[in-house]
Amino acid sequence: MTANTTLILTSAALIGCAVYLLLERSLTRVLVGLVMLGNGVNLLFLVASGRAGSAPIIGAEPGRASSDPLPQALVLTAIVIGLATTAFVLAMAYRSWQLTGHDDVQDDVEDTLVRRLAEADEASDSFDLTHDVQAGDMPEEEGQRA
Amino acid sequence: MTALVPLPVILPLLGAGVTLVLSRRVRAQRVVSSAVLVAVVLVAAILVVEADRSGPQVLWIGAWPEPLGISLVADRLSSLLLLVSAIVALAVLVFSIGQGMTGDDEDTPLTIYHPTFLVLVAGVANAFLAGDLFNLFVSFEILLFASYVLLTLGGTRARVRAGTIYVIVNMLSSSLFLIALAAVYASTGSLNLAQLSGRLDQLPSSVSLVVQLLLLTTFAIKAAVFPLSFWLPDSYPTAPAPVTAVFAGLLTKVGVYAIIRTQTLLFPHSPLSDLLLWAALLTMLIGILGAVAQSDIKRMLSFTLVSHIGYMVFGIGLATAGGYAGAIFYVVHHITIQTALFLVLGLVERRAGSTSVIRLGGVARLFPLLGVLFFVPAMNLAGIPPMSGFLGKVGLVEAGLRTGTALAYALVVASMVTSLLTLYAMAKAWNLAFWRTPAEAHETARALSDPEGTEELVHHRDHVHVHGSIFEARDLEEARRVVDVEEAEVLDLHQLLERDALPPRLPVTMVAVTGALIAFSLSLSLVAGPLFGYAHRAAADLLDRQTYIGAVLTGGAR
Repeated sequence: MTANTTLILTSAALIGCAVYLLLERSLTRVLVGLVMLGNGVNLLFLVASGRAGSAPIIGAEPGRASSDPLPQALVLTAIVIGLATTAFVLAMAYRSWQLTGHDDVQDDVEDTLVRRLAEADEASDSFDLTHDVQAGDMPEEEGQRA
Repeated sequence: MTALVPLPVILPLLGAGVTLVLSRRVRAQRVVSSAVLVAVVLVAAILVVEADRSGPQVLWIGAWPEPLGISLVADRLSSLLLLVSAIVALAVLVFSIGQGMTGDDEDTPLTIYHPTFLVLVAGVANAFLAGDLFNLFVSFEILLFASYVLLTLGGTRARVRAGTIYVIVNMLSSSLFLIALAAVYASTGSLNLAQLSGRLDQLPSSVSLVVQLLLLTTFAIKAAVFPLSFWLPDSYPTAPAPVTAVFAGLLTKVGVYAIIRTQTLLFPHSPLSDLLLWAALLTMLIGILGAVAQSDIKRMLSFTLVSHIGYMVFGIGLATAGGYAGAIFYVVHHITIQTALFLVLGLVERRAGSTSVIRLGGVARLFPLLGVLFFVPAMNLAGIPPMSGFLGKVGLVEAGLRTGTALAYALVVASMVTSLLTLYAMAKAWNLAFWRTPAEAHETARALSDPEGTEELVHHRDHVHVHGSIFEARDLEEARRVVDVEEAEVLDLHQLLERDALPPRLPVTMVAVTGALIAFSLSLSLVAGPLFGYAHRAAADLLDRQTYIGAVLTGGAR
């Protein structure tokens, strides 16, 4: 099987840009990233289907090898699913904008609570971090006791 | 009997259509969806018996010649999981009917709950029955889509936030799955599992390793195996109680099932067993340590969910008959017990106003029945003999000892430590939320929410800011505001008692169905012998491979 280099490179570029966009905090950019990712992956299926041929209809072009129809069917399914998810994420980004005025992905409230509990606990590292424990304190005390 | 195989998928889908049409008639919706799920339970039970007696039941949809169409396969493993998940789904549906998910709760729009729930069940059933990888992908998408809708029901702030993470992580894992599918198709020219099991063997080991890693990563995200488990505790707890319960019971287990299926059928000589064992070790320990730190019991349970996925991966990583049998038994146990626990928390939340141990106290004294309902499954989860959690762990530990490598011994130790820490987490929840008096809880909560606490947060923000961390000041500000608003609005149990503002008594249906599910989980101990026997036969099938392949490809097309 020969692989189509142009398709592979295009797909790689799309997926690379998608990864960059996915790391953003704004949901709209993440969505653009996901759409690019989907397109890049769909191109991979065309690579997987091998050399392009005639339309895969029996008797359409006798004497010429036809394309493999299965990957095209798979890509079609993937495109439909991608369309639906895109619509859903768009609706969610809009809802987020309605509720908060922006569509950034928020920090978790419970995480903040757990962090706060840890800070209130004198035995934890977070307490030391937030209460600026003097570096010299502890050994001195121990020295006195000794 | 093969005509029964597609019914667990078709019936819920049909039911979804019918309930959508009936969206104005709540009672008719309830009847239709309950009837559909009862039918699915019956069909699944027949499939279990049939698969055990006369081997895997296979149906090629549309009667296409053998390797061309889509096949549905119900072997011992699939039909057992199908049965358990159908039972659990039925229980959750009855619970949500009792709760009035379809009624007048303004958080939950009435008309779409039933259709979406049925689509979710159809997706789960299709995933268990799928005979080829692409059908597995489609069923993942079906169940994920239903879960997106259920998770963001009502579109409140917390749910949109949780839904964002969940949807994006799952879209990403779906893309990875598609990349894996493209790689499989390019290298073998087929996506049928039975065909692939022969063809992947002939590939160069480097190619099949890439395929295996891609598939494992995809399924590990779905199953929430460390380090790909971060999304789960963030997204599950905010959903309505029955939704969290059904997600916790079924969705991660579909990922575990997919790992079992692909590992045994496609990669029997896997070079990655040690990797799986390491992942299992870390999943168990880090998951349970996360659980210990939580103050909200729902979140605590989400972390124990992650942690106990580690047990199943442990069994899979051993790759012996005993390991697989233990994993299968554990999946069955864990589906029921985790769902039951989340349902109980739904009851607690409804009766006492919260699931946070900061706001709760004395639940066991005020509502003794809720105390019993929480205590029994909590002990079962921790693995107290003679309950099914204990038996499942014994099965896995035995298999680990029989394997006898250093790593297997390490995992045996880790699984015991995890079991103890689970007990600790459950005891912590019990002591704080159920045992101490509400007045005590109130005092502690006040001490915690002093202005000092807020200052600490501000201080913390500056600290983080100075050190140039990735947190942006705006987000923490936002988080603090949300925390404050939440604490201002929600009263703790003591305040509720003082003001005589306790929520009304629980509907009998909700309590009864939760009790029934807990009774079912206890009955797993009674039938543990036959169930383990069945699990061993299923594991033998998995290791043999020829049973599956022979049943699917009768014409010998490889």
